[in-house]
Amino acid sequence: MPQYANIAVSILFDGLAYAMFLFITSVGLSVTMGLMNFVNLAHGAFAMVGGYIVVSLTRSYGVGFIPSLIIAAVLVALISVRFERRLYRRFYRATDLEQVLLTIGLAFMAIATFTYFYGPIPKSVPLPDWLQGSVNLGFRSFPAYRVFMIAVGAALIAVLWYGFERTNIGAMIRAAVDNRRMAESIGINVDRLFTLTFALGSGLAALGGGLAIQLLGLNPNFALLYLVLFLIVVAVGGLGSLKGTLLAALVLGIIDTAGKYLLADAGGFFIYAVTVIVLLIKPAGFYGRE
Amino acid sequence: MAVSDKSAALATAGARERAAHYLVSRHRFRPAEALPWLLAIAAFFLFPDRMTFGNQALIMVMFALSLDLILGYAGIVSLGHAAFFGVGAYTVGLLIARLGWSEPLSSLVAAAAMAGLTGFVTGWFILRYRGLTVIMLTLATAIMLQEAGNLRSDISGGYDGLPGLVISPLFGVFDYDLYGHVNYLYVLGVLAVIFYIVRRIVYSPFGQALTGIRENVRRMNAIGSPVHRRLVTVYTISAAIAGIAGALFTQTNAYVTLTVFDFDNSAKVMVMLILGGTGRLYGAFIGAVVYMVLEDHLSKLSPTFWQFGIGLLLILAVLFAPRGLLGLAEDVVRRDRPRREARARRLVFKREDWNALTVSALDGAMIGFIAGFAVNFGQTDLMSEYITSLPGRVLVFAGFGAVIAASINVVYLALTRRVAAEDRVP
Repeated sequence: MPQYANIAVSILFDGLAYAMFLFITSVGLSVTMGLMNFVNLAHGAFAMVGGYIVVSLTRSYGVGFIPSLIIAAVLVALISVRFERRLYRRFYRATDLEQVLLTIGLAFMAIATFTYFYGPIPKSVPLPDWLQGSVNLGFRSFPAYRVFMIAVGAALIAVLWYGFERTNIGAMIRAAVDNRRMAESIGINVDRLFTLTFALGSGLAALGGGLAIQLLGLNPNFALLYLVLFLIVVAVGGLGSLKGTLLAALVLGIIDTAGKYLLADAGGFFIYAVTVIVLLIKPAGFYGRE
Repeated sequence: MAVSDKSAALATAGARERAAHYLVSRHRFRPAEALPWLLAIAAFFLFPDRMTFGNQALIMVMFALSLDLILGYAGIVSLGHAAFFGVGAYTVGLLIARLGWSEPLSSLVAAAAMAGLTGFVTGWFILRYRGLTVIMLTLATAIMLQEAGNLRSDISGGYDGLPGLVISPLFGVFDYDLYGHVNYLYVLGVLAVIFYIVRRIVYSPFGQALTGIRENVRRMNAIGSPVHRRLVTVYTISAAIAGIAGALFTQTNAYVTLTVFDFDNSAKVMVMLILGGTGRLYGAFIGAVVYMVLEDHLSKLSPTFWQFGIGLLLILAVLFAPRGLLGLAEDVVRRDRPRREARARRLVFKREDWNALTVSALDGAMIGFIAGFAVNFGQTDLMSEYITSLPGRVLVFAGFGAVIAASINVVYLALTRRVAAEDRVP
C-alpha cells in the first residue's frame, strides 16, 4: 500500500476510535442540555469518576475489564441521579452564569478529592488478552483496542438511535427537547424524563471515561481537560440532537487526529478553528434549533 | 376615578424625579470609596517585604475589574477572558525580546491597543450570539491563541516562554528594584487611572444601557438601543484593560509563558469576581485580594485542599451569596430586621424537612459506601492507620458520607427555606 494511503487509513481509523469516545461521552450532555438548557460542566467529572471506578475494580478487586465498565456505568448513573435530585434541580431556572459556577465548583471538588485518594499520576488498566495486540482486517492490521472501541461505539449508536427514534420514551424526549411547555401540557412528566436521561447520560459518560483510560490515560484532571472537547461536540452538533452529536464527534475526532498526525506542532488548533467556523455560520450547531 | 388618575400621575412624577435624582447623584464620590485605596497605600508601608505578592494582587484586581465590565454590567459570560490578558502580556514580552523596545508606559499603550483590537475583532463576531455559544466561542478564542503561540514557538518561545525580560526605568528615572517597591506604586497608579475610567463608564448613560442589555436584551432591542454596537464597544474596552493587566504582569515578573492563556487563568479571574460580587466595581478588589491571600496561605498547605476549597467556595457563593462578599456585607450592614426575625421564626423542622434530611443522609451514605470500596487503591498508607479491613472502611465511609450530607442539608435549611418548598413541587 502506498505511504500516503496508509497514513490516510490510519488517520481515519484512529479518528473514528477517538470520535466514538467523544460521542459516547458527549451524547448524554447534549440531551440533558437540550432538555433543560442546563450547562453541566461537571459532566467530565462523571466520566472521570467512571474511569477511576474501572481502575479500582480491575486492579484491586480483580474484576474483568468489561464487567467493570458496566458496573462503573451503573454506579455513576445511580450517583448522578442523587446529584440531579438534590442539587441540580434547584438551578434549572437559574442563569447560565450560576449554572457554570455551580458545576465547575463541583468539578474542582471532584478533581481535588480524586487527587487526594489516587494521586496525580495517570493510571492504567489491565486489559484482557483479546484486547491487546492487533487485529488483521484483510488489507492491514489495526490495534485491537481501537477496533473494540469502534465496535462498542457503533453498537451504542444503534441502540441509542433505536431508543430515540423508535420507542415511546424516545419520542417523549424528542418532544420535550422541541417544546418543553407543550410536552408538559400533553401530560409528559418532563422532570422525571430528565432524571432518566441525566442518569443515562452520566452512565454513558462513565463508560466513555472507562474506555478512554487505555486510549488517553486517566488522571484527575481528565474532568476539565476533556470537558472542553465534550462541550465543543455538543455545541457544534446542536443541543439535544443525537444525529448532530454523532456528526460533530466524527468531524472533530477525525480532524483532530489528522491535525496531530500531519502537523504535530499545531496540537489542538484545528479542532478549535473548525468549532469557531461552524458556530459562526450555524450558531446553534449542525442540527440545533435556532 | 379622576382622583386615582391624579394620584397615579403624581406618583409617576415623583418616581421620575427620584429616578432622575438617583441617576444624577449616584456617580458622586462616597467617602467609603477611599478605603480600599488607603488600604493599598497602607499595605505599601506595612508589608514592605511582601510587595511582589501585592503586585500580583493589584494586577488581578485590574483583571477582575475588566471582567466585571462585561460580566457584571453587560452580562456577557466569558470563559476565555485570559485571551486578552495573554495578548497584553505577550505584546510587552515580544516588544522587549524581539524588537528591544522596553519603555514601560508606551508598552502599556501598545498592549492595550493589541488586546483591544483582538477584543474588537472577536467580539464583533461572538457577541451576536448568547448563552452557550458565547461561552464556547470565548473559550475557543483563548485556546486558539495559545495553540497559535505554540505553533509559532520560534516567535513566542512556546511553553518555555520569554524569560529574563529587562524593562527600562519608569519615566527613564525610577529603576525597578528587586523588592518591587517602585513596581507596586507603578501598578497602583495605573490601577487608579483604569479604575477612574471604568467608574466613569459604568455610571454613564452608556453604562446604564449595558445594564439594560444585561437585564432584558429584548426590551433594549425594542426601544431601539444599538445592542450589538454597545456590547462590542464594552467588550473592546474590557479587552484593552485586561491587556494592560497582562502587560503589567509581564513587566512585574520579567517573564511570560503561554500558560497565561490557560483556562485556569480565565476560571480564576471569574472566581475572584464572583467571590467579591459582580456589577459593583469594588467586588473586583475584595474578591481578588481575598482569593490571593487565601491561595497564598492554603496552597502552601496543600494544593489539593486549595482546589477543593475553590470548588466549595464557588458552590457556597452560588447558593448563599449570589451577590458576592460585598453583597453579603451590605445585607449585614443594612440589618434587614423584620425579614431576619421572620426567617428565624420560620426555622422549625417540619415533616418534609425530616424526610429531606433522611434522604440526603441516605445519599451521602450511598456515595460514601461506594467511595469506601474505591479508595482501596492508591494511597493505601493513608488509610491503613485507621481502617484496614474492607467492611470497616466501607462502613466508616458510609457513616461519614451520611453525616456530611445531613449537615450540609441542615445548614442549607437554616439559611434558606427553599429545600422543603421546592421539593414539594412535582
